[in-house]
Amino acid sequence: MKRTLSALLCIAAFSLGAATAAAAQTKELTLLVDNQSNVIGLKAVAQAFTDKTGTKVTFDLRPGGAEGDNLVRTRLATGDMDDLSYYNSGSLFMALNPAKNFVDLTGETFMAPVIDSFKGVVSVDGRVYAAPAATIMGGGWYYNKAIYAKLGLKVPKTWAQLMSNLEKIKAAGIVPVEASYKDSWTAQILILADNYNVLAKNPSWAQDYTAHKAGFANTPSALRGFEKLYEIYKKGYINKDASATTYDLAIKALADGKAAHYPMLSFATAAIASLNPAKANDIGYFAQPSDDASVNGLTIWMPAGLAIYKASPNIEAAKAFLAFLLSPEGMAVNMAAVKPDGPWAVKGIKLPEDLQGATKDMLPYIDSGRTAPALEFLSPIKGPNLPQISVQTGLALKPPIEDAREYDQDVAKQAKQLGLSGW
Amino acid sequence: MSRRGGVPRGARIRTGIPLNSLNTKTYPYAFLVPAGVVYGLLFLLPTIMSFFFGMTRWTLTDWQFTGLDNFVTFFSEPSLNIGIINTLIYAVVTSGLKVVLGFALAVLLTSRLKSKNLIRSIIFFPTLLSTIAVGITFSNLFHPTMGAINGLLAGVGIQGPDWLGDVRIALLSVAFVDVWKGVGIALVIFIAGIMSIPGHYYEALAIDGGNARHKLFALTIPLARPAINSVILLSFIGGLRTFDLVWTMTGGGPGFTTDLVASIIYKQYQGGFYGLATAGNVLLVVLVSALVVPLSRFLSRSEVDL
Repeated sequence: MKRTLSALLCIAAFSLGAATAAAAQTKELTLLVDNQSNVIGLKAVAQAFTDKTGTKVTFDLRPGGAEGDNLVRTRLATGDMDDLSYYNSGSLFMALNPAKNFVDLTGETFMAPVIDSFKGVVSVDGRVYAAPAATIMGGGWYYNKAIYAKLGLKVPKTWAQLMSNLEKIKAAGIVPVEASYKDSWTAQILILADNYNVLAKNPSWAQDYTAHKAGFANTPSALRGFEKLYEIYKKGYINKDASATTYDLAIKALADGKAAHYPMLSFATAAIASLNPAKANDIGYFAQPSDDASVNGLTIWMPAGLAIYKASPNIEAAKAFLAFLLSPEGMAVNMAAVKPDGPWAVKGIKLPEDLQGATKDMLPYIDSGRTAPALEFLSPIKGPNLPQISVQTGLALKPPIEDAREYDQDVAKQAKQLGLSGW
Repeated sequence: MSRRGGVPRGARIRTGIPLNSLNTKTYPYAFLVPAGVVYGLLFLLPTIMSFFFGMTRWTLTDWQFTGLDNFVTFFSEPSLNIGIINTLIYAVVTSGLKVVLGFALAVLLTSRLKSKNLIRSIIFFPTLLSTIAVGITFSNLFHPTMGAINGLLAGVGIQGPDWLGDVRIALLSVAFVDVWKGVGIALVIFIAGIMSIPGHYYEALAIDGGNARHKLFALTIPLARPAINSVILLSFIGGLRTFDLVWTMTGGGPGFTTDLVASIIYKQYQGGFYGLATAGNVLLVVLVSALVVPLSRFLSRSEVDL
């Protein structure tokens, strides 16, 4: 009895000591982020947080894309994660097993103003595991307004109109569409951005897809994404060096007016503007056109989230950082550092007046409610080989139907790995 | 083994101690334990475990037995089985070129050439470079519009191809860089093999009136067989397991056209398909041994003693 008591006392003393030691040592937070996201605003917030609280925030860089996914998974599996992890929301986040690896933020007061549609894509069984770290993105086409004005073109409402625009741009000797297939993740945007159009035709597409009742190959509206990607290659609308072009080279070509279009997530807006500030106003944005002029809306991506690692010794400090990030004060610091690329997933935050042209083009879709989430926010399954399969389609190495079949197999593999029923 | 007769194995020579027993009984087996434990834990055990995990759906913390499903997937999916064909092409092309080029250079550089030491160094130098650095450098040199190689070709009026983007030549472009980087090793082994041929064979050939062609085909090639066989085996195995060069130059792309078995395994691992990735590793082990063991038997049969 005595021994047990002293042991208990020992443990209590030890844990008390550990607690005070931890509180005293909480002077540094680590944050793991990919090297392709624009984190100028986040870094400004981190600096302001350090000035205010004395807690330093160190940014650790990791690769983006599949390489980055691999790194994050490995670090989680080996128990070696940073205090904070900046990562996609939606199906990619779900694949990290948030309930096991990240701190439950459901009851935190700082999460209250976060919009429900964001909470939904970082939740498991009704518990929320990440805070929004960036702005809501659209998936669509950047275009050069100066080229459009010179050639007398109008923003296309249908795919056919877009094709006729591209034909005229090609005839004028300008690259109609910049493709950056060296960074294979960029190739899939055109397929994913078609989701608004798919859902307009098949409202139950996401549920059927998740339940293994429908796939890309046997759903004509979903197959259109692959066909569109194939078509722009077949008609000679993309740059000749597409397979050697990276994302960085592509946004440069667009910013310099060497290419007229670039299908990409709207998170590139600030980066494009910084590459050629004098011509930043030439860059506009439109949603991926459908085959039907009455269907014209934007596929949207929820922003990346910041999640706190469950085994982190600095959970309280990390929570304080998230609270500051989402507070009106943090938001103001963020927007003073960089113009936001889109609306925040936080209620009651007013955007500044002097937004980039592309962002101004994107907001009307969101304000008028003509949006649909990308498939990865409606379904937990995203096949990991979509980037490579998209490159295959984008260079017309195989007919689109075969690529769609290949992707369906990839999706089945992922669904089985996640242990979903019905696969 | 000697074929010229003489002293049979294990014969007693004067001292009365059997030669073999002298060799084998010098050290106790216990001396093998430290190395054996390391080898067993870090190599044998994971190898055996991988045969099991190759048959599961595995999340690193949890697994579910699925039988041969992973192997069936590996052979049925085009994005996976393309790697098997590519790997064979890659291994045959790289090892073939390394043997032919390396041998030709070795014959040249063992002849009476003035600046042969300098040339040897130049050819050997790429071997010392990091593969990653070579891959990144060459993927820039190979850039279709901004690369130095096509820039040079344009200078002489040739429109160069998209070396790594054209699916018909991308794999061969990578193989070319592999040969450029690896031929130095082949060269060194060949030079050693040729130098070890005793000079009196050549004297005998000269007395018999043999010409340069006889010298090469009747003497140098047959007598350098052990060196040739080593180079064939080393470069073939190297080709089958190549990963780093392909990954830095093309990432397996465009699409899956330059994927090798090793890069596919890596991508499955990236995708979180740990069971499937392990099954791929098992296949690679089987593939390498199924090709290399018979090849090595075949090659060693044709060796002759000096």
